[in-house]
Amino acid sequence: MKNIIFAGVGGQGVILASKVTMEVAKNAGYDVKESEVHGMAQRGGSVDCNVRFGEKVYSPLIKKGETDFLVSFELLELMRKLEYLSPEGTLIVNREQIDPAPVQTGAMKYPPDIEDWLKSNSKNVKIIDTREALKEAGSRKALNIVMLGVLSNYLEFGKEQWEEAIRKTVKEKFVDMNIKAFNLGREL
Amino acid sequence: MTNKVILGNEAVARGAYEAGCHVATAYPGTPSTEILESVARDFKEIKAQWSPNEKVALEVAAGASIAGARVLAAMKHVGLNVAADPLFTFSYTGVNGGFVIINADDPGAWSSQNEQDNRHFARAAKVPMLEPSGPAEAKEFVKLAFDISEQYDRPVIVRITTRIAHSQEIVNFGDRKEVPVKEFVRNPQKYVMIPAHARVRHKIIEEQLIKLKEYSNTSGLNRIEKGTTKRGIITNGVAYNYVKEVCPDDNILKIGMVWPLPDDMIRQFAESVEELYVVEELDPFIEDYVKAMGISITGKDIIPLLGELKPEIVDKAMNGKDPDQALPDYTTEMPPRPPQLCKGCPHGYVFRVLNKLDLNVNGDIGCYTLGVLPPYSAMHSQGCMGASIGMHLGFEKAHGDKLARKSVAVIGDSTFVHSGITPLIDLVYNKGTGTVLILDNRVTAMTGHQDNPATGKTLMGEETHELDLEMLSRAVGVKRVVKVDPKDMDEFERIVKEEVAAKEPSVIISLRKCVLIK
Repeated sequence: MKNIIFAGVGGQGVILASKVTMEVAKNAGYDVKESEVHGMAQRGGSVDCNVRFGEKVYSPLIKKGETDFLVSFELLELMRKLEYLSPEGTLIVNREQIDPAPVQTGAMKYPPDIEDWLKSNSKNVKIIDTREALKEAGSRKALNIVMLGVLSNYLEFGKEQWEEAIRKTVKEKFVDMNIKAFNLGREL
Repeated sequence: MTNKVILGNEAVARGAYEAGCHVATAYPGTPSTEILESVARDFKEIKAQWSPNEKVALEVAAGASIAGARVLAAMKHVGLNVAADPLFTFSYTGVNGGFVIINADDPGAWSSQNEQDNRHFARAAKVPMLEPSGPAEAKEFVKLAFDISEQYDRPVIVRITTRIAHSQEIVNFGDRKEVPVKEFVRNPQKYVMIPAHARVRHKIIEEQLIKLKEYSNTSGLNRIEKGTTKRGIITNGVAYNYVKEVCPDDNILKIGMVWPLPDDMIRQFAESVEELYVVEELDPFIEDYVKAMGISITGKDIIPLLGELKPEIVDKAMNGKDPDQALPDYTTEMPPRPPQLCKGCPHGYVFRVLNKLDLNVNGDIGCYTLGVLPPYSAMHSQGCMGASIGMHLGFEKAHGDKLARKSVAVIGDSTFVHSGITPLIDLVYNKGTGTVLILDNRVTAMTGHQDNPATGKTLMGEETHELDLEMLSRAVGVKRVVKVDPKDMDEFERIVKEEVAAKEPSVIISLRKCVLIK
């Protein structure tokens, strides 16, 4: 059984990342479940998707302390989900800071110590800078697929399986751009 | 067999398709919206429509059913409040073609104003209710619900929750069973609920409920899964999955038909175990029922009454286990990330002006409810769809002109059509003098950009009559109606001041397209 959480800010493409992952896992013969957030929370709020695959999956939600890969598209959103990580789990985070409303208005401060804290407290953390890859891919919207590229290095599925899943999941006119983004992510 | 990973709501739509459903109606509402979107997109065999509100959706559905079609009506939990009036009486008339109502509850109030438990509606309205535990089962239960509806002559509610509506899993696809639309046969004793007929029908539906209880005991919708311990757990809906996950060895009575509940099966299960528990989300619905049977059971003493259940919550309650902790606590204060109005959102201009003018704002349901949060902080009441205008009149009834000159009501275009028109009639009829702002962004935005009667397009994408909000306001007797683009904030402010000061009812149509539509 593998448990993955994708976290981010509404609009960052968290749901699509989980869709591609589900497609890969299903095609490899696994049972798959996922849980996602729609509606009001999508208006720039915190969002996350739980993806689970294995021989037989019951719960669409991952139990706290049992997440194998916590993949966050934004720093602060990673920190909100830390308690879901399993002791053997891996953190993958995009090194980007998106100020939430209370920070924009000056009412609160964006935590300044996230990267340092992660480096000194976690053995399994990968902090990545996606800016170059996104520039090369040609769209900031490809962040979700770049992150999938990073994640794919840790999972058992081959590059072709991922590319096939991307082809099946994203809109046709964005396929090439996303496959490029995926492969750029694999190099990060 | 084809199978695909799909959303719970898409599985519901698929179930209706495979069951030969002919007509589907709804008003959008999270977490139910994608059901009708999927019907309209994926299944052209079904005539799908957005109705102006859930009451109308249910009435169109009832008409289609009595006329002989298989029909599905979908709504969120608070939508069923709006549709409760027809529900309770079409329960008496029964059906002709199969009539299935999808009710999507929102434990945790992810996108709702409350977290009511609509299992109570099934009991109160005397209609059977099925509860799947995931998308694949949702598809099968919807198909079965059509058969139960026709066999027992009842509308049938299928209750899903956010975690089923918005979760995905592998669903096996079957073929559509073509079912002919039946003839409409006049039968006033069954379809016209004058008191003399209603009394007769009441007796019949009580008799049907007894038969349905037998069905609940024997149909397989409720089932016992034998375990190896002395513990027994009754559970339903998505909670079943959490129980399977954290209590894999215990005996389980899985409730798939939550009304009527299976008395014989519950008694037999209770006798077969030494300790009996119930793990259910929200209210102690099953728990109270079992206790009333004289059986002792542990439920809400250890399972939370509020919010969604989660695997770790059930694990703690049932096994006393705390989750593993991988890392030390991160103790730096984390700013929350509440949802926000988008950059360039027309509502943003409106609320900046209302904040500046320091008006009391009676709010309503939509993206614009976010006007309550900083930096706008310009909303002071909000309850349910359409409430803003009635409440605004109530303000004036309480304090007269003094408060009316310092207050406004704000309501979106879709919400106004949903249930803002009758209170606007009331405002004029009962001599109110308040100002109503209709925030017309040309779409039902918050649920993901659906059409409505004021957009001039149907769910099926056809052109149709575009409801003219200005003419409508004038027709109900409002003489002062102004249209203005809120982006011109100076002009907008001038108009709001002028209209609020006027001692007669006024409507300001704040017209600017949602930034997310092309």
